[in-house]
Amino acid sequence: LPPVQVQLVVPMAVVFGPGAVPGGLPRPLPFRDLQEMEISVNRESPPFVTSRYEMRYRSTTAQEEAALAAATAREADAALHPLQDTTLGSLTIYVVPETSSLLPQGVSVYVGKHRSALVRAGGSLAALQARLREVTQVMSFTASSIAAALSDRVPNGQLSPDARRYLKSSLGYEITFSLLNPDPKSHTVDWDIEGAVNRYVKPVLDKLSLVANFSVDSQILYYAVLGVTPRYDKESSSFLLSAHSLPHVINPVEARLGSSAASLYPVLNFLLYVPERSHSPLYIQDKDGAPVHTNAFHSPRWGGIMVYNVEAPASPQVSLPVHVDVDMARVMEVFLAQLRLLFGLSREEVPPEFLLEGPGNEGLADWELDHLLWAHTVENIATVSTTLTSLAQLLDKIGNIVIKDDVASEVYRAVASVQSAVTELSLGHLHAAFQASKEAVTSSERAFFDPSLLHLLYFPDDQKFAIYIPLFLPMAVPILLSLAKIVRETRQRKKEPTKMD
Amino acid sequence: VCTSRFWFNYRHVANTLSVYRSVKRLGIPDSHIVLMLADDMACNPRNPKPATVFSHKNMELNVYGDDVEVDYRSYEVTVENFLRVLTGRIPPSTPRSKRLLSDDRSNILIYMTGHGGNGFLKFQDSEEITNVELADAFEQMWQKRRYNELLFIIDTCQGASMYERFYSPNIMALASSQVGEDSLSHQPDLGIGVHLMDRYTFYVLEFLEEIHPASQTNMNDLFQVCPKSLCVSTPGHRTDLFQRDPQKVLITDFFGSVRKVEITTETLSLDRDVAGFESKFLEEELATEPLKYAEQLPVAQIIHQKPKQKDWHPPGGFILGLWALIIMVFFKTYGIKHMKHVF
Repeated sequence: LPPVQVQLVVPMAVVFGPGAVPGGLPRPLPFRDLQEMEISVNRESPPFVTSRYEMRYRSTTAQEEAALAAATAREADAALHPLQDTTLGSLTIYVVPETSSLLPQGVSVYVGKHRSALVRAGGSLAALQARLREVTQVMSFTASSIAAALSDRVPNGQLSPDARRYLKSSLGYEITFSLLNPDPKSHTVDWDIEGAVNRYVKPVLDKLSLVANFSVDSQILYYAVLGVTPRYDKESSSFLLSAHSLPHVINPVEARLGSSAASLYPVLNFLLYVPERSHSPLYIQDKDGAPVHTNAFHSPRWGGIMVYNVEAPASPQVSLPVHVDVDMARVMEVFLAQLRLLFGLSREEVPPEFLLEGPGNEGLADWELDHLLWAHTVENIATVSTTLTSLAQLLDKIGNIVIKDDVASEVYRAVASVQSAVTELSLGHLHAAFQASKEAVTSSERAFFDPSLLHLLYFPDDQKFAIYIPLFLPMAVPILLSLAKIVRETRQRKKEPTKMD
Repeated sequence: VCTSRFWFNYRHVANTLSVYRSVKRLGIPDSHIVLMLADDMACNPRNPKPATVFSHKNMELNVYGDDVEVDYRSYEVTVENFLRVLTGRIPPSTPRSKRLLSDDRSNILIYMTGHGGNGFLKFQDSEEITNVELADAFEQMWQKRRYNELLFIIDTCQGASMYERFYSPNIMALASSQVGEDSLSHQPDLGIGVHLMDRYTFYVLEFLEEIHPASQTNMNDLFQVCPKSLCVSTPGHRTDLFQRDPQKVLITDFFGSVRKVEITTETLSLDRDVAGFESKFLEEELATEPLKYAEQLPVAQIIHQKPKQKDWHPPGGFILGLWALIIMVFFKTYGIKHMKHVF
């Protein structure tokens, strides 16, 4: 297969508000422009990814002007939302005058919940273009996010922490919420997990349903202890878990966590640990020794753990067990933040003068969803091309493997889907490209992992000879000798009549 | 993986179970272990101490405790199943515990023991796996990025021949003996009547007993285990395919499971007054009728099924040709006139 060239096309609109048009524009508004860049992940191996931003510069319409006249950036964003292009993958950037009061002081870019941003015009055209470039990188994809997607082709040391956290693209994920109660004699813990899932988790998963299928389970485990004994700290009269003992906490617990026997999707575990009465309150310490305010930690590609401290009862004579009602909102805030991080959606690498609107109950902004989709699409295309290449190599090596019809049709379908995914990407249709790439991955995985392709089942020719010759050669010796005798006799008989005459 | 059957191969099962025990002790959960035992020693009728498998003489250590989860047992341990587990080409009905669900960040430890020879390992006394097949299977795993790094340990006679043919990157291999040498067993126990462990695995286990989950011991120490004076055979190892320096590779990278952890510093701010999707949830429940079990199973069809008629095929060309040849030769040699006596 030739190396796959992938071109990521982002359709963008840059809208200039009144008084924000910079001098020195190359052409009068409205006009189109293209910017192409190569994203080099790994020079030697495919796919080679280039990005193309198709920008349409125009000035605001009357409705947009009215929306931009709002008091705060958030209201402006909400008012602008119905006027925008909302297809997946597109961006709209509104440029407001440098001195506009729409954005707070010191903030030059405001990124909204949907697919738009408000940018200050900046002193000059060059400054504006630099800012535009930064905004588009934050909102769509950067070289490092594409590198994260292709992380199994890049040596581990070169990845940013964001990239190392990245969950592999999969058709579905299983999310398991577990409540660990090591001390049921002291605490009877009640958590309204069903309500919390419906209220807080479902909106996020519905938004992410475009990316993959999610299934949610929950369980309560009793007498499950952490593998590490926390230290008692006299100053704060609390127990502390230091940062370097955290990696050893997960394994003893994992042995007790079940997972659904039927599904093969990766599992994300979110554990809520209520410490024993003798170890309360329990705080997690970070590397500098300060207690972490979320009291939680997470492990890439696995999930997260949060420690929920129960208030010590006021009077020591209170009867055990103490009833505890878990504040699900606080818990879900942490778990959903961890879920975002596990998917690679952190906001750490954003420049300081950017103000990012919080995503609210939906869990992630539209442009973050796009971010995920770009990364997953590129990853899917890369996976399909390696899978099909290695399948072709396998078939070359073992010439007499029998390819069943359905395996062949899956391979054809995978090739067709990946071609259409690349085409759709070059046209800027992110949604169609993502769906095509998902189909391509499903087909190629089904073809590659088909049970009939086991190379053990197909003998090379030399093994066939090696087995049958020792069996048939001794048997064939008398037959061949007899044949030779027959041939000799026939020849003699042919000669004799002539001799007799 | 233990590949040997029969009571006198007790030591292979004990080897495997001891390594299993160490690996569990160092933190790897059962969901991440695929244990293949070719025979059941604990419940073998010849076991004088049923439900136990000892690895030290005088019955010091019972490695078949109450927490052993065997994934492939007895006749399921075949070369085909082993290769299927490695390459992932498993029929879709296989449960999760029988699969190797690894990805490109997983470090895999493979321990095999049994009877082997120059270039092969014997499975169940009836089939063999060659070093070429094993190398190909690892290459298939690498193509699909089913491992990050792989440690292959083999304790059989002439074990070093099994890792000669590897060609995929990031594989480190250890064997108990070189080509032409036999791997010897360690201690016979007079109470049980068989040898309990193999020497190489015994000393590896002594080494592993001193490792705890936070230990910083590296691979070079593992290579020094069981010198010739104790083991009689010369253990070998291969690190040329491995990208990191073995000095820097921790034992717990493969034998234990230490995860990378990050502190969560952000929270999402949620609006707590959201009503939620409860109503949607309830409606879905009311729609379906409860199905009775009997209606789902087409009992009538099953009872009255006739046996499927196998289609009759005429004999194939090769057999026909062979028979024709034999008959022709017979009659030519003994003369056609005898035919009239036959008919």
